[in-house]
Amino acid sequence: MSIIEIHNLHKTYTDTSVPVKAVNGINLSIKEGEFTAIVGPSGSGKTTLLNLLGGLDTPTEGDIFIGGMNIKNLTSRQLIDFRLHHIGFVFQSYNLIPVLTALENIAFIMELQGLKKLQRHEVAMKLIKKVGLEGKENFRPGELSGGQQQRVAVARALASRPKFILADEPTANLDSHATEELLNMMADLNKTENMTFIFSTHDKRVMDKARRIVTIDDGKVVY
Amino acid sequence: MITGISWRNLWRNKLRSLVIIAAVAIGILGAVLSDGFMEGMMDQRVNAAIDNEISNIQLHNPDFLLNNDIIYAISQPEQYLEAIRELPQVKGVSQRIICAAMASTAAASAGVTIAGVDPEEEEKVSQISKSITLGAYLNNQQRIPVVIGKKLSDKLGLKINDKLIVTLADSSGTITYGAFLVSGIYQTSNNLFDETHVFVRAKDLGPMLGLTNQVHEMAIALHDNQATQEVFQTLSDQFSSQIKNQKIDIKTWDMVEPLLKSMIEMMTFFSYMFLVIILIALSFAIINTMTMAILERKREIGMLMAIGMTKGRVFLMIMLETFFLSVTGGIIGLLLSYLIVSFYAQHGLDLGAMGSGMSYIGYASTVYFRVNESFYVASVLLIGITSLLSSIPASIKALKLNPVEAIREIN
Ligand SMILES: Nc1ncnc2c1ncn2[C@@H]1O[C@H](COP(=O)(O)OP(=O)(O)O)[C@@H](O)[C@H]1O
Ligand SMILES: [Mg+2]
Repeated sequence: MSIIEIHNLHKTYTDTSVPVKAVNGINLSIKEGEFTAIVGPSGSGKTTLLNLLGGLDTPTEGDIFIGGMNIKNLTSRQLIDFRLHHIGFVFQSYNLIPVLTALENIAFIMELQGLKKLQRHEVAMKLIKKVGLEGKENFRPGELSGGQQQRVAVARALASRPKFILADEPTANLDSHATEELLNMMADLNKTENMTFIFSTHDKRVMDKARRIVTIDDGKVVY
Repeated sequence: MITGISWRNLWRNKLRSLVIIAAVAIGILGAVLSDGFMEGMMDQRVNAAIDNEISNIQLHNPDFLLNNDIIYAISQPEQYLEAIRELPQVKGVSQRIICAAMASTAAASAGVTIAGVDPEEEEKVSQISKSITLGAYLNNQQRIPVVIGKKLSDKLGLKINDKLIVTLADSSGTITYGAFLVSGIYQTSNNLFDETHVFVRAKDLGPMLGLTNQVHEMAIALHDNQATQEVFQTLSDQFSSQIKNQKIDIKTWDMVEPLLKSMIEMMTFFSYMFLVIILIALSFAIINTMTMAILERKREIGMLMAIGMTKGRVFLMIMLETFFLSVTGGIIGLLLSYLIVSFYAQHGLDLGAMGSGMSYIGYASTVYFRVNESFYVASVLLIGITSLLSSIPASIKALKLNPVEAIREIN
């Protein structure tokens, strides 16, 4: 069963001198447990697509169904709640709260969800181990390498037990070794946890790790 | 954890936060100390006025208050005396004969107010006997003693045992003379009072004026000034018929000196004004700092909103940070103020050279600070309100952030 259905999705920016059709008629369905790379050159519309998918931005036209529900029908307040409970986010950078430790960053999202302190701590500690950062749980983001920070971000995304995780160019700031490590870890979590990952990249090496590749250009799915 | 985040965020730019914390602390310190100084000064002025000049409650012939003529006396004062002395709050009652006179020596003269008193009773009511700096009080064996103020002794060049000639008009309007010997020189904190008030025995002054069994003023001293209103009520009820028949008039110290009372009220008002003005000034600095902090953290706040933090929580986070920023400074300021006020409450602040000018208008040259509890409470509340209001502009900035745009700045 597909957990994401995208129908005839359009996003046109009109605040520019010439309207930009950043997403221009995309149809796509993603099944539970998929490990999907959205690939395309810079400016092709990857970020716009992921933002629409994550409920951060609203489409000009078309529908997005998540778990069978059209997210267009949610109020902005409901959408915040929906993001908190159903979608995991990993951004390119500035993922973490600098004044919180790795462990606290992971626990924080569970606090937003209203989990009890003991449970938060337990789950966060488990996730720290899972992403291979045991011993670094009390480090603040500034004391971690870029790759380690992204792993904390993935752990944070997992901690909210979402339906899927969206990662917009998660490896863009990483060197090739850290990129490889992060992708392997994500692929691993995809298998062991059956977590659905959708990530964007324009990096050839990253594409190799993906099990499904959706190539877009000029706001359209090319193949 | 939001509380923790806010507190830690405060220390991300240590210098910037410390500057604001110091500014708040100094501002509060300034407001509290100035209030402590002013209240202390007023306290002393009031106490001095009550102790030396007015006492707590006074009885007069109502006409005497309009026209200080000696003919407007209270007749048969003993009808009041017993009842007043019976009240447990009363420390003493002094019956005074009061008249205006010209005091002269061979060299100079000055207009004065002469009070003829019973030395023992007067001692319970006013501090004059304790303010004698040279010589002795009225209760010595001298023939016709007078106690004068230091200022008058300087002015007329009088020393102990010198003769002072007093010229006055008796009850029939005839000018008479009397000679007194200076037995003591007193000094209070009010130079003007010292220059114009002299004390003699009622038994010497009464016959000179042709008054028998008549007094102009009954000054009542209480053990505690707090009881003034209560005693005033009791006496007003007890003597209601005499009051109605215009035989006597009862006044509390603040009715006798309404200016003193309104000065206290004005000083209190200014203290609060000063506090509010300082806090308004500080709020601009707080607003500026918080807005800067939020603009620097745009992407982080955008990220938090993206992953599912509600506007309410973002607002709470910023409000708490502003609160910590202001309240940390406020607490430091209040603690320092409290310590300094306590110190000067005990040891007093000597105004030195400036103080001698102050004492001419009735203020002590050493000020013992006092801050009303309500001023501390008001400070705490106002700091809280200031921090709450100051957090609004930064919060609005944050809530206006569009997470998509804030995040896009990342990539
Ligand atoms: N807020 C915006 N306003 C106007 N144009 C935008 C905005 N965001 C993105 N675009 C444009 O939309 C197109 C797609 O951008 P984006 O989704 O960021 O692509 P990618 O992530 O693949 O680089 C680009 O041409 C970009 O300039
Ligand atoms: Mg992009």
